[in-house]
Parts: sequence; structure tokens; C-alpha cells
Amino acid sequence: MNNSHDVALNSHVHRDDVGAKMGMWLFLFTEVLLFGGMFLVYAVYRFQNQEQFKLAALELHTGIGTLNTIILLTSSLTVALSIAAIQNKNKFLSIVYLNATLLLALFFMVNKYFEWSTKFAHGIYPGAKELLEKPNGQILFYGLYYVMTGLHGLHVLIGMIILYIIKRQIKKDIITSDNYVRLENSGLYWHLVDLIWIFLFPLFYLIQ
Amino acid sequence: MEHSKKHPGYNTYILVWLALLMFTSITVTIAGIDLGKYTLLIAMFIAAIKSALVINIFMHIKFEEKIFKVFLLLSGMTLLIIFVLTFSDFLFR
Repeated sequence: MNNSHDVALNSHVHRDDVGAKMGMWLFLFTEVLLFGGMFLVYAVYRFQNQEQFKLAALELHTGIGTLNTIILLTSSLTVALSIAAIQNKNKFLSIVYLNATLLLALFFMVNKYFEWSTKFAHGIYPGAKELLEKPNGQILFYGLYYVMTGLHGLHVLIGMIILYIIKRQIKKDIITSDNYVRLENSGLYWHLVDLIWIFLFPLFYLIQ
Repeated sequence: MEHSKKHPGYNTYILVWLALLMFTSITVTIAGIDLGKYTLLIAMFIAAIKSALVINIFMHIKFEEKIFKVFLLLSGMTLLIIFVLTFSDFLFR
């Protein structure tokens, strides 16, 4: 008992929350550059194949895209509220908001699953015979669509795992109202996932 | 406890969320109107406003120390330079 108290005291002394957040931001910038490269490829190919990109985008369902945008924006809100709750020393509410975030993330992935499987059923997936018969611009559009929304979806999955771990740590009082930088950093990651979607949505679903 | 004063409360977050939803509905509505060349420009402009809201409020950048803003500016400029250089090569090749 005495021992664990000492450890807690020591970890408090050696803590550097600003440093931890700086590290997280640096990591986020590498993520921005990763996606930035893909947005660059998208920009050049779209510029070269404007008409084909428009035609290809007609196949995407704007309704599902909009729904997923609303879901992700709301999940960003619930993460922010979870942090506000723990700052107000409300452990229970913080966990409730994290559960809401996880549920919304699950909704997002379920929508993505239905969206992709409908596309697969119509023979639109990388390497599909029907897709390869289309003009080059449309093949490029769908190649970018699958890589970019796929990598984004992978980030959503990773975010869900991280937020689940964080939720357990709040339950076990590893993360508390005066030591919650892990929750903040996980929140930053989640907001980045939301940010990337804010750009993916108009670029893939809203070309007319 | 001066630090805790700087944290935005529940209401701020909910207001920002409402603004984000509003901008989403605007961008979807505008996409249905044919504005030719300006369609993409307007869509990107709205996306930029939404990002600014998320970064400043949800990601707390507005309330962080200056060094975080310098980081953000630096990475933003890096991305911008990469785009400008690529397009200046690509367009005038």
C-alpha cells in the first residue's frame, strides 16, 4: 500500500503532460503527411481526369457519405465531452461519453461495410473485370477511393481499440481527473480521423 | 488552478458541433447546385472552416501554448509547399 503510494507520487513528479501532448502532435503531423501524399495524388489525377472523376463519383451514395459525416462529427463531440467530464471529476459521465463514441464509431464501420459490399456486388473493386473495362479515369477514382477511405477506416478501427483501452483505464482509476493526458491524446487521434474525413467526404461524395 | 479556467465547457463543444452540422448541410446543399469551376473551391473552403473549428476547439489548439501553434503552422506550410511545387511542375511541364 505504502509502496504503491510512493510510485504514484513519483510518477506525479516525473510527469510532463505538455511534452506528452507535443509528442502526440508530432505523431499527428506524420499522419497528416501520410494522407497529404494521397491527397496530392488525388489532386493531380482529378485534374487530369475531371470528366471521368465526375462520372465515377455518381456511383457513390451521397446519403451514406453524409450520414457517416454526421456520425463522425458527433463522435468527435462525445470524445471532447468525455474529456470535459473527467476535468469536472465526473468519472461516470466520462465513461458514458466514451461508450457513445465507440458506438458511433461502430455505426460508421457498419455503414462502410454495407457501402463497400454494395460496390463489390456491382463489380466495383480493385482488379474487378467490370471496373477494368471502364475508362482509365474511373479506375483511378475507385483505386483512390478504396485506398483513402480504406486507410481512413483502418484509423477508425485503431481509434476504437485505443478508446476502448482508455475506457478500461478510466474504470480502473489509472486515468483520473488529475491525470488524464492519455485520454486527451487519444482524443486528439480521434479528432484527426474526423479531420481527414472532413476532406474525404466532399472530394469523393460531392463531385457533381 | 488557473489552467482549468481555460478549458471550454460542455456548451462550447455543443455549439461547435452544431456549427459543424450546419456547415455539413451547407456543403451538401451547395454540391447539388451547378457552380462550374467554383464547386470544388467552395467545398474546400467549407472543409477548411470545419477543420479550423475542430482544430481550435475540439483539439484545444486555441488554448494551448504557442509552440503548438508553431508546430501546426510548420506542418501546414510543409503540406502547402509540397502541393504548390508539385502543381507548378505538373502544370508547366
